[in-house]
Amino acid sequence: MQTPALPLPESRPLVPPALRGVLPVLLAVPALLLFQWALSGSEFASYLLSVMGVNIILAVSLNIVNGMTGQFSIGHAGFMAVGAYIAGYASLQLKEVALSFLPVAASDQVLFTVALLLGGLAAAACGFLVGLPSLRLRGDYLAIVTLGFGEIIRVVVQNTDAFGRALGLSGIPQYASPSMVFFWVFLVVLAARRLASSSHGRSLWSIREDEVAAEAMGVDTTGYKVRAFVFSSFFAGIAGGLFAHFVPIINPGSFTFVRSMEIVVMVVLGGLGSTTGAIIAAIFLTLLPEGMRSLFGALGTEGSLAQRVDQIRMPIYGLLLVVLMLSRPQGLFGTREIWDVLPKWLSRKRGSQA
Amino acid sequence: MAQLLQHLINGLAAGTIYALVALGYTMVYGVLKLINFAHGDVMMVGVYMGYATAFAMGREARGSLLGIAAVFAVAMLGCALLGFLIERFAYRPLREKPRLTALITAIGISFALSYGFQLDIGFLPGASPRAFPEIIEPTEWLIIGDRDVVVWNWQVISFLIAVGLMVGLQYLVFGTRFGQAMRAVSWDHRVAALMGIPTDRVIALTFMLSSGLAAGAGLLYAIKDTSVSPLMGLYVGLKAFVAAVIGGIGHVPGAVIGALVLGLVEEFVVGYAASSWRDAVAFGFLILVLLVKPGGLFGRVAAEKV
Repeated sequence: MQTPALPLPESRPLVPPALRGVLPVLLAVPALLLFQWALSGSEFASYLLSVMGVNIILAVSLNIVNGMTGQFSIGHAGFMAVGAYIAGYASLQLKEVALSFLPVAASDQVLFTVALLLGGLAAAACGFLVGLPSLRLRGDYLAIVTLGFGEIIRVVVQNTDAFGRALGLSGIPQYASPSMVFFWVFLVVLAARRLASSSHGRSLWSIREDEVAAEAMGVDTTGYKVRAFVFSSFFAGIAGGLFAHFVPIINPGSFTFVRSMEIVVMVVLGGLGSTTGAIIAAIFLTLLPEGMRSLFGALGTEGSLAQRVDQIRMPIYGLLLVVLMLSRPQGLFGTREIWDVLPKWLSRKRGSQA
Repeated sequence: MAQLLQHLINGLAAGTIYALVALGYTMVYGVLKLINFAHGDVMMVGVYMGYATAFAMGREARGSLLGIAAVFAVAMLGCALLGFLIERFAYRPLREKPRLTALITAIGISFALSYGFQLDIGFLPGASPRAFPEIIEPTEWLIIGDRDVVVWNWQVISFLIAVGLMVGLQYLVFGTRFGQAMRAVSWDHRVAALMGIPTDRVIALTFMLSSGLAAGAGLLYAIKDTSVSPLMGLYVGLKAFVAAVIGGIGHVPGAVIGALVLGLVEEFVVGYAASSWRDAVAFGFLILVLLVKPGGLFGRVAAEKV
C-alpha cells in the first residue's frame, strides 16, 4: 500500500505560513459566490448540483471509516437520517424566529447553520454509539451491526410522532443553496485531506493495514476507530441536514439500506482510501442516471426505457460492484489521489507540493 | 395463557423457517468465512421458480403430494444450480483476496438479484408482490378450546420438513465423509487441500446444498406468507443472518436455536407490543447479544493471528 505522502516543507513558500490555514477558505468563498450567481437561472441544475454535493459529502465521510480505517460500515444512511430529521425538525421549530439585528436572508442562513450543526452533532453522537461496539467487533460483524443500526434508526423514526411517522417531515424551509452545499463539500474534503496526512490519519491507515500490528505498536486502536466513526457520522449528519433543506419532503423511505449501499458503491468505485476517488465516483454516479435518461430519450426507441432508469440503476450498481471486485478490487484509484495517477506533466505543480 | 401458547406456536413456526435459511448462512460461513449476503436473494429466486412451476402445473396438480414434491424439487435443484454458478464465477476467483472483497461482491450479487427481479422486462416478474398459489390448502390442524389456540397444517408441515432437513444436515456434517471433508476445509482449506481433499468441489457442493436449502425454506415462507416479491429475500435473508449470528455463525445447532429465539422474540413483540417495531427489535437483540458475547451464543471468538 502506498502511504499518503507527507507534505514536505517548501524551500520558498508561496504563501506566508500564517495565512496558509485560511487560504483555502479565502479562495473558496468568492468561488462559491460566483458559482451561486452563475447557477441562479436553472432550478434543475441547482437541484442536481445539490444532490451531487450531498453525495460527495456522504462518500468522502464514509471513506474515512471504510477507506482510511478499514472498518466496513454499511449503515451510513442511518447517520444521514439522524442529521436530516434533527436539522429538519430544528428548522421547523425555528421557522418563525428571526434574528432582528440581521437582514432576513442572513438570519435564515444563521439559523440554518445552527440546525445543521445540531443535526451533525446528533449524528456524531450516534456515531459514537455505533463506534463503541466496534471496540469488540471486527470485519463482517461490524458491517452487520452498522446495517442493523441503520435499520433501527429507520424504524425509530417511522414510529416517532414528532418526525411524522411514515409520512415524514414536510414544509422544511428550503434554505440550502448549492453554494451552501458546496461550502460543506469544501469543508469535508479539506478535513479529510488534512486528516489523511496528519499523525492521527497515519494511525487510521495503520489500523486499516493491520489492526493487531497497530495495537502492538502502541496505537490506541479503539480510540481511533471510535473517533473515525464520530467524525464520519458528523459529516453524514450535515449531509442529511442539507438534503432535508432542499428536497420538499423527507421520509423514512429516503434513508433505507439501499441508500447506504449507494454510498458504499461510491466509496468502493472510487477506491477505498482515496478522497478524490470518492468525489469522482460520487459525481459520476449522480450524473449516471441523468446521462442514461437523456441517452435513452435521445435514442427515442422506447420512451418507457428512459422512465425506467431509476429501476435499472440498482441492478447495475450491484453488477458494478461484482465486476469491480473481480477486475479491480482496489477501485479506480486505490488509496492514491488523482494527482498521483495523472501524467507527470499535468501534476508537476502538485508534485512539488505533495 | 392460551394467547401465550398461541404466540409460542407461531413463534416456533416462524423460527423453524428462519432456521433453515440461517443454516445456509452458517454452512457457507463455516467453509469459506464468507457472509453470503446473496443467500436471501437466492432464496427469493427459488421461490419464483417454485411459483412458476406451480403455475405451469395447473390447478389440479397443486394440492397433490406429487405436485408439492415437484414444486420443491424444481426450486431446490434450480437454486442449487444458481448457487453453483455464483460460487464458481463470483466467489471462487476471490478466494485468496481479502475477505472484504468477497463481502462486497456478495452485496453486489444480492442487489443485482433483488433489484433485477423488480424490472418488468422480458420474463422478469416486476416489483409488485404476487399471490403464491396454494400448493398446500390451509386447514386447521389442531384447535384447543373455543379457538383459543389454533395450529395450522402448514405450521406442522413446515415444522416437520424443517426438522427433517436439520437432522439430515446434522448427520451429513458429522456422520459422512463429505461432512468430514467440509469440516476439514472449514478448519484450514489450504492444509485440507494438501491432505488430498478436493477443496473446490467441497466448497461448491456446500454452496449448492445451502442454496437448495434456502429454496426449500423460501417455499415454506411463501406458503406461510402467501405472497412473493423480489424484496422478500433481502429481509428474510437479513433476519436469518441475524439468527445465525445470534447462535454463533458457523455453528449448526446454534443457528437453529438462534432462529427459534429470534422467531419467538419477534412474535412476542408483535403480540404484546407493536408490529412496526419488529425489525428494530430483531437488530437491537442482535447488537445486545454481540455486545455481551461477540461470537454469538454458541460461537467461539477466533483468536487473532499475529
